[in-house]
Amino acid sequence: MSGMAKLSAPPGFLQRAQFTFSAWPYVLLLIAAISLPFTGANDYWILLATRMAIYTILIMGLNLVVGFAGQLALGYVGLLTIGAYTSSVLVEKLGVGVFPALVIAAVAGGAFGALLSIPALRLRTFYFAMTTMGFATIVSQIVLAWQSITGGGNGIVGPVFPAPFDAANGFYLFCLVLAAICTWTTLNLSNSRHGRSLLAVRDVEVAAAANGVNKNVLFLKTFFFSGFLSGLAGALFATLQSYITPDAFTLDLSVLFFIAILIGGRGSIIGPLLATVLLTLLPEISAPLVTWAPFLYAILLLVIVLLIPGGIAALLDVERRKPLKTGRLIIPQPVYLPSVLDNPAGAESIAMKQVELRFGQIRALDGLDIDIKPGQVHGLIGPNGSGKTTTLNVICGFGTPQQGSLWIGDRQIPFGSPSTRVSLGIARTFQTPKVVGEATVLANVMLGGTTLGTATFMESLFGMPRHRKDEKSLREHALMALRVVGLEELAAVQAERLQHSELRFMEIARALVSRPRFLLLDEPAAGLSPAEIERLGDLVKEIGRHGTGVLIVEHHSDLVFRMSDQVTVLNLGRMLAAGSPAEIKVHPEVVSAYLGV
Amino acid sequence: MSQVIFFSIVATGLASGCIYALIGVTYNVMYSASRVMSFTAGQYGMVGGVVGALLIQNLSLPVWAGLLLTLVAGILLGIVTEIVGVRPVLKNLEQHLYVLSTLALALMIKQVAAVEWSTEPKPFPRVSGIDTGIWEEKYWLPVVALVVVIAGLELLNRYTLMGRAFLAISEDTFAARALGLPERNLRVTSFALAGAIGSLAGFAGGQMLLAYFDNGTMLTFYGFIPVALGGLGNNRGALVGGLALGIFQQAATFLVGGVFASVAVFLAFTFLLLARPEGLFGNSRKTRLV
Repeated sequence: MSGMAKLSAPPGFLQRAQFTFSAWPYVLLLIAAISLPFTGANDYWILLATRMAIYTILIMGLNLVVGFAGQLALGYVGLLTIGAYTSSVLVEKLGVGVFPALVIAAVAGGAFGALLSIPALRLRTFYFAMTTMGFATIVSQIVLAWQSITGGGNGIVGPVFPAPFDAANGFYLFCLVLAAICTWTTLNLSNSRHGRSLLAVRDVEVAAAANGVNKNVLFLKTFFFSGFLSGLAGALFATLQSYITPDAFTLDLSVLFFIAILIGGRGSIIGPLLATVLLTLLPEISAPLVTWAPFLYAILLLVIVLLIPGGIAALLDVERRKPLKTGRLIIPQPVYLPSVLDNPAGAESIAMKQVELRFGQIRALDGLDIDIKPGQVHGLIGPNGSGKTTTLNVICGFGTPQQGSLWIGDRQIPFGSPSTRVSLGIARTFQTPKVVGEATVLANVMLGGTTLGTATFMESLFGMPRHRKDEKSLREHALMALRVVGLEELAAVQAERLQHSELRFMEIARALVSRPRFLLLDEPAAGLSPAEIERLGDLVKEIGRHGTGVLIVEHHSDLVFRMSDQVTVLNLGRMLAAGSPAEIKVHPEVVSAYLGV
Repeated sequence: MSQVIFFSIVATGLASGCIYALIGVTYNVMYSASRVMSFTAGQYGMVGGVVGALLIQNLSLPVWAGLLLTLVAGILLGIVTEIVGVRPVLKNLEQHLYVLSTLALALMIKQVAAVEWSTEPKPFPRVSGIDTGIWEEKYWLPVVALVVVIAGLELLNRYTLMGRAFLAISEDTFAARALGLPERNLRVTSFALAGAIGSLAGFAGGQMLLAYFDNGTMLTFYGFIPVALGGLGNNRGALVGGLALGIFQQAATFLVGGVFASVAVFLAFTFLLLARPEGLFGNSRKTRLV
């Protein structure tokens, strides 16, 4: 592997392109929080800080659902209630130990959290928000009515921890340690394939599926974990309150949690953390603020939504306000392709056989046969509405044809289920680039390696060795892909700051990261300058030469003829002509129907 | 089951069903003009009860003046909702920011009521002279309000230019704008109308729901159920759904008790919605995939 050594990154390359993640805000916050009991703060402040730590535990879990998965869960106070009553009832009525009760409460929260993932998967935003609100209302009504167990309106005693956690300071430090661990786990998760997948589902669901994200499984795990933290927070909350009644769990509390995340900034960890501190302290500044606190929170929410959609996190992010270099050029370096792709010799072809797809009366595909051979570039051209993108979609599992079949070699591939395609070696780009705007270019490209990772959700949470290994190798691999397309300099920049043409190349890098055996490009040249089109053509040809079968849908017929080995012309969902570029250029029907003279 | 209980269930169910249906119509009027579902829908109802009680009970205004000013309050809130909570976020409708902006407004309305009015439910005055025996005001007033609103909307849509413009906008905003319809003004008008309908619902239901700051949250939820199940923008769906919900709720309260009635309503709502996310009468719209 002496060739590999030559191709490996120069020193300093990795460091330069790392996430601009710094630990100091977390460390400072933790130091301040730990030193609080030693500054002679009175019990009131310790109580307040304990509450803050407990809210942090819940909000860190909810953050994954709201900030990362983009689900507007308004009723998390319901899970807090479940946690609080589970631990109180277990300790008070059934004589269970305080610590086992804590764990059981967390698991109960997790179970109900997992239940919430079902409406999240099925319902649209406002409907889901309503459902969670209804859930919270129902939980509090049940608690109120189930007197024999919960004490109804009279309430129940919260569990008391053994020494040294029974004193205010001891309990505070206990909660603080848990809050720190919870923050750390969500921070780990946010920098893992699971965290990146959540953001992708939130912003570009179709691209998430095409990159192998199984939304159902991901949501189930995420909602369980966030419910687990909420249940944990609930159990601690019961101890802090020392006596709980249903009145303690109002919808206002739920709204507070929710707003903390939006004020902090979606997709951020430090933002919601700071917002939690801020919102808990805000009413303490003066007495009238206590009465008007919910009003203030609402105004803050409105201001954030209308004026600062990025929240505190965006305000803190000074990096992104530095201007990018202008006049940037995208210079792909296909010479590095061997370290990105590794195609086996004698690979198989994709074959579509007699595929027919109807939308109502319209036949988008009308008995189409097409072959994508390894190591070849296959151009697909035709007028608008001739079925080019539909062909690509069918191969990628979007849309289910009524007839026909799809094969890789001699294996038949079922229609539908887009998230399975990347594991079969099929990667794609989109007509309009589908990227997570607020994530870095590197993180976007790493999404392409979702299925290459081996660390489980749990391993990522706790930053286990497999997670670290995954991240390291995926990061290097993604940087190499970026270098192939000529965007390595922009690795650490937020994708939304890139130009359109750069996003197109970034999508190619993302597709390359999965080491595809087949690469499907949907109008990759749209919006590119002539010079960029030229370089794109060279890059695509090289990708083909390294053994990957390329299917390219494109309107620039010159480009298609220049780089393709094989061209298929579609018209009204049927094949009008197929052959080498030279044959197609002079095909009489193609010339009259499409190319013109 | 004695006749009296049966009558009471039906009457209470119908009356509360009418209030839910009216809030459902409030949702629909806003949705048709803007494709926005607003969390403020139920708050207009709460305001109708609280402002009505404030004006007639506390300030001893005559009933007609109280009703008029209550509607004005609703109209103003509707307009504010459009200007502050909807217009700025319409450009990127697919980001669903309206969920947050209208939630913020709803919370603000609620908090003002909680602080300036009271956090305790207070009685709502009797507003008509007719209030004896089976003709108790709290049963028939919501029915009258619903009939007036539905008939009014029907007349508006059928016989006035403005009504047709509303229909045009709800069918296709872009085409309506291309035809030169003053889309923004029509949208503001729609929200004003929604505010009026919502506050009328609260006013008419004042006897039943009392003047209580937290009614808004409850109405936002129970008003949404008929809309979600009946299909957004479909007033007939809201009407049928609202009445069915009211009667189902009362029957369940009688048979299994209030809490389990709420649980039953919530579970039924959730399962129906999970089975048919577009509502029972709504059509599913296919969107372009990639």
